[in-house]
Amino acid sequence: MNAWARFRRNRLALIGLALVLVLALSAALAPWIAPYDPARQSLFEKRAKPGAKYLLGADEFGRDILSRVIYGSRIALLVGLLSAIIAVGGGLVLGTLAGFIGGWLDSVMMRAIEILLAFPYLLLALAIVAALGNGAINTTIAVGVWGVPGVTRIVRGSVLVLRETEYVGAARALGAPVAALLRRHILPNVLPGLIVYATLFMANAILLEAALSFLGLGVQPPTASWGLMVSTGRDVLLIAPHVATVPGLAIMLAVLAFNLVGDGLRDALDPRLRGST
Amino acid sequence: MLTFLVRRLLLAVPVLLGVVFVVMLTIDLLPGDAVTLMLGEHATKDAVAALREHLGLDKPFAVRYLDYVSRVARGDLGRSIQQNRPVADELADAWPATLELTMAALVIATLLGIGAGVASAVWPNSLFDAGARLGSLFGLSMPIFWTGLVLIVIFSLWLNWLPVGGAGSLGHLVLPAITLALPSVAMVARMTRSAVLEVLREDYVRTARAKGLAERWVLGRHALRNAFIPILTLLGLQSGQLMGGAVLTETVFAWPGLGRMMVKAIFARDYILLQGAVLVFALAFVVINLLVDLSYGALDPRIGRQG
Repeated sequence: MNAWARFRRNRLALIGLALVLVLALSAALAPWIAPYDPARQSLFEKRAKPGAKYLLGADEFGRDILSRVIYGSRIALLVGLLSAIIAVGGGLVLGTLAGFIGGWLDSVMMRAIEILLAFPYLLLALAIVAALGNGAINTTIAVGVWGVPGVTRIVRGSVLVLRETEYVGAARALGAPVAALLRRHILPNVLPGLIVYATLFMANAILLEAALSFLGLGVQPPTASWGLMVSTGRDVLLIAPHVATVPGLAIMLAVLAFNLVGDGLRDALDPRLRGST
Repeated sequence: MLTFLVRRLLLAVPVLLGVVFVVMLTIDLLPGDAVTLMLGEHATKDAVAALREHLGLDKPFAVRYLDYVSRVARGDLGRSIQQNRPVADELADAWPATLELTMAALVIATLLGIGAGVASAVWPNSLFDAGARLGSLFGLSMPIFWTGLVLIVIFSLWLNWLPVGGAGSLGHLVLPAITLALPSVAMVARMTRSAVLEVLREDYVRTARAKGLAERWVLGRHALRNAFIPILTLLGLQSGQLMGGAVLTETVFAWPGLGRMMVKAIFARDYILLQGAVLVFALAFVVINLLVDLSYGALDPRIGRQG
């Protein structure tokens, strides 16, 4: 049975995939499906309750929350996707170097990674954002860099194992150049695990972007970012709870979607791991 | 045992040195200048230069790094730029609150997570198991700051049972501790379930059952004891998650701890205070994981002898 057939039989994974598709569509079609301009203010309708006109209510400036949630999916997906690319790209290069070359380079890099992983999560990203300054692009970089050590360690681990396999040894003995060795024998075997990791990383990246924006250190107003929306809604939490809680629901669904797909991919690509965390 | 302890403590030194290095380097790249922020936009060039010199910011990075490390080694963490108080005093004021919060969360995560995980593993694919697994998935997906706000709406606004924020009584601790604990409860429950399921498939469990041992002894004496090692490792790693989560939880609940202080320090560009706070977090993480490693020996005598 191939991976897709196994994935298809996993009901939760399919729900996750459907949610991811909904997110992708809402990000791509935002200008056409959003009922209002996300920046349009209506001071008469400040903090309007969910109803016929504003399905999810209006925020403290009278902006339509549904439209802002739809536009917010663009930031969430963009930051998630780009930071995953940064994390996987950086980790792939560093992990392959450490695992393939080994020796002192490997030791030094692994110590450095242990130090970075000793940082409580969020604190490293906070430090990077503090250094780069806030804004969507810097947030993406911070989240991506935050992910590099984890990917590096995974890639290094698999490269170390693969390097000792007989088929890599045989290819080497036959005089295969290093580039071909990496491309034909190492990369294809590292990739499945990496795809799973990258999917689960997307979930964490969306959470981290939301957290940074919530703290005021990520995406800046007036851009519609879910974390930022929760943050501004917090000021009116006790008089209009929907302003803060509705965007948070969007964060949860997006993160849940990528977690479900990641779990499903892991079970489908490596059936031996089924059910483990 | 003693050599193991000493070796581990010595290994922690380069980690902490590295943490300080990374923090100072990132802060060094800060675009916003602490000095201009302190003196205001209209400060004279001379005043800025004088203050830079006073803070040692005119020296090269390597000099400042060695200087800071040697002062920290002597117990001097410098003075907070914003508060003009010794950083050590600021940290001493804030860390008990964070310790209280994270410990409460760790206890909740341990009890609830292990309880739910064991129950899931003992009755796999039952209704409880399905509910616990689904709940874990949601627990891992909820942004912690949002969970906090939702709990405030439910328990403070609607039910009026618990205070909205602040610290001081046990009632103040309940919501922040639950908020902080939830993602860890989910992680621990998932991990416990798979660890216990794994152990229950072992030959020695079959043997124990075959010889007629009561199920609670099979579980208590054979299964749980062996499943605890990976769970313990996870709990150690979760402490790092909890410290990160504390930054958000403390902000949501106006909890007067290190996390909230750090966020304020970032906004105020108070890099000396920030360095001190990060150092405390890193030190706590190293110590907790050292304790975890030590407790392996108590659970599994084989590990102690090798160490």
